[in-house]
Amino acid sequence: MNDASHQDFKTSAGRALDDAKLQRALANVKRGFVIKRERASSNLPEFAALREEARAIKDHTLAHLDLYLEAYEREVTESGGKVHYAPSAADARDIVLKLCREAGARLVTKGKSMVSEEIALNAHLEGAGIEVAETDLGEHIIQIRDDAPSHIVAPVIHLNKEEIAEDFVRAHPGLPKDRPLGTVLDLVAEARAVLRAKFLAADVGITGANLLIAETGSSVIVTNEGNGDLTETLPRMHIVVASIEKIVPTLEDACTILRLLARSGTGQDISTYTTFATGPAAADDPDGPRAYHVVLLDNGRSEMLGGDFQDMLRCIRCGACLNHCPVYGAIGGHAYGSLYPGPMGAVLTPTLYGIDHARDLPNASSFCGRCEQVCPMAIPLPAMMRKWRERDFERGDPPLLQRSALLLWAFAAKRPRLYHALAGTIAPLLARLAGKRGRLTTLPLAGAWTSTRDLPAPEGKTFHALYREMQRSKAR
Amino acid sequence: MTPTAQARALILSRIRERLGVSGNDRGRRQAVEERLRRHSRNTIPGRAKGERDALFAMMTEMLSAQGAEVTRAATPEEAIRAIAEDLREHALPLRLRMGDDAELAALPWDVAPEVERAFGKAEDADRASLSRAFAAAAETGTLFLVSGGDNPTTLAFLPEVHFVLIRAGDVAGAYEEVFDRLRAIYGEGKLPRTVNLISGPSRTADIEQTIVRGAHGPKRLHVLILG
Repeated sequence: MNDASHQDFKTSAGRALDDAKLQRALANVKRGFVIKRERASSNLPEFAALREEARAIKDHTLAHLDLYLEAYEREVTESGGKVHYAPSAADARDIVLKLCREAGARLVTKGKSMVSEEIALNAHLEGAGIEVAETDLGEHIIQIRDDAPSHIVAPVIHLNKEEIAEDFVRAHPGLPKDRPLGTVLDLVAEARAVLRAKFLAADVGITGANLLIAETGSSVIVTNEGNGDLTETLPRMHIVVASIEKIVPTLEDACTILRLLARSGTGQDISTYTTFATGPAAADDPDGPRAYHVVLLDNGRSEMLGGDFQDMLRCIRCGACLNHCPVYGAIGGHAYGSLYPGPMGAVLTPTLYGIDHARDLPNASSFCGRCEQVCPMAIPLPAMMRKWRERDFERGDPPLLQRSALLLWAFAAKRPRLYHALAGTIAPLLARLAGKRGRLTTLPLAGAWTSTRDLPAPEGKTFHALYREMQRSKAR
Repeated sequence: MTPTAQARALILSRIRERLGVSGNDRGRRQAVEERLRRHSRNTIPGRAKGERDALFAMMTEMLSAQGAEVTRAATPEEAIRAIAEDLREHALPLRLRMGDDAELAALPWDVAPEVERAFGKAEDADRASLSRAFAAAAETGTLFLVSGGDNPTTLAFLPEVHFVLIRAGDVAGAYEEVFDRLRAIYGEGKLPRTVNLISGPSRTADIEQTIVRGAHGPKRLHVLILG
């Protein structure tokens, strides 16, 4: 998996900030998602009530996850489909490959699926000689660039149309080199034609699932392009790859979550296409797949139950926390060095891949709390990022200087007399050092911090001293 | 145990261990069974509970805002004429692909004899198709189509223009009402292979957040509300 080591994150974040093309592309996040989400959520007076219900639905489901999985499996089986359990990413890859081989697949089309990215499915199938065609426009662009998605909903939000036009000229064979690709319309039309051929020729279609419904054994996908539908309708086999926490009990519960999903993610009242697929086609159906399989992936999720990070399993991958995160907005998704970026990624990545792979991510936050406010599932993202920081500290991993400083501070903070004496000495000292400007441009042992910022100096008296004075003057 | 059964047992036991629960706890089992059997409704937005006229207005408004064209046809003749006119206006072949839906077959096709009809699932060469919606939820202008020989799923995705006819009486307010109607026909806990919720023509905003219609599915969605 992507390694986001300490130095890597800092370097890539710095590079992202200096990348003019990326900065131009990132401006689209605010122009699009943020404004539209605000409009869509404020146009639904029940939004806050639905959010509370959605949280309760997921909490209930997670507390009974074993039983809902059993119920779901029963319904899938009854509708003629088959459920496969994959404890690890490798298990899931092997199951999918085996199914593709059984179907004699040479070409596989795919709907957009973060879980399939998580298990690195494409490389596995391609390694076995099977052609894989991503069909979501964004994912198609990612595939021909050999790039990685920078956003869980809008994979190519980091690119401009000129860069994409160059990719199309390079990667789409048999077309005149000088064809016009100057507009987004041109690009979409070309992708439509290229991918239509793939849809028609595919032997197997693989999709993810936004929801799995225990009551009916259905998988639900949400798209705007209709690519997911062509993927799961035209080939003779449909494989759903989904993680175990996607389960909800009933169709009614699905409705509640669907009312939040698009409004939070893209700011639409509903996505263009929401599709409930249940089992394979019936004997007399003129279209639809002859076989239907669901691969249920655990890959670390069951370990999150009953612990500090269980709430993260409520996530419905809408992307609102990314769109509203000042850090994401400044550096984009790639700098995180993790498949799942932004606040949800900062919590999920260390859970799925270990804190060693993602130590900086829980720190890549200004802790402004916007992510939690806009999260349709009310996930306490900042609190969980803090939890990761604590764990990291307890393990003794942060740099020595940082550790000693925090330990010293903790020692003093637990001893009020000592603390007041120290604060009473240091505050006026810093105030004197800062002079009339009231700002410190350099600090011993904190050069990295002050190289890009000034520290506002204390006014000269500590809070406690001022408070005592105030109380005394009141008493008079 | 087979490897499949082992993997299943492993995941379920991990979950139970982490939750500190047993799979045999009767109270837990009952809670789950009850919830699945009752499938109680959660909050339904007030906008979905309007009077009939308000629902039609919302249906039209939402669909139009999402890029669909909407025709309110008082009679079946009007609906057929609207389809024929649309094809002519857009210089499309006067040919429609459709399924075996009995209500569509019973429409007065003789008012537009020039429109040729082909039956069965959609083919790549089909330019225009017609489906009948099972129902609609006005709250977001969403049509519900169900798979089967009557209205094959491919009709909604392969052709560049998709006509959808819906009887005015089939327009509901909320999604939940439509799911109850599906339960009444297909049975508790059962659904046809595909239930498509369609709220506009195919679109993408993947490139620079610029919205373009006709990404992979229909470039145009023309909805005819009959009655």
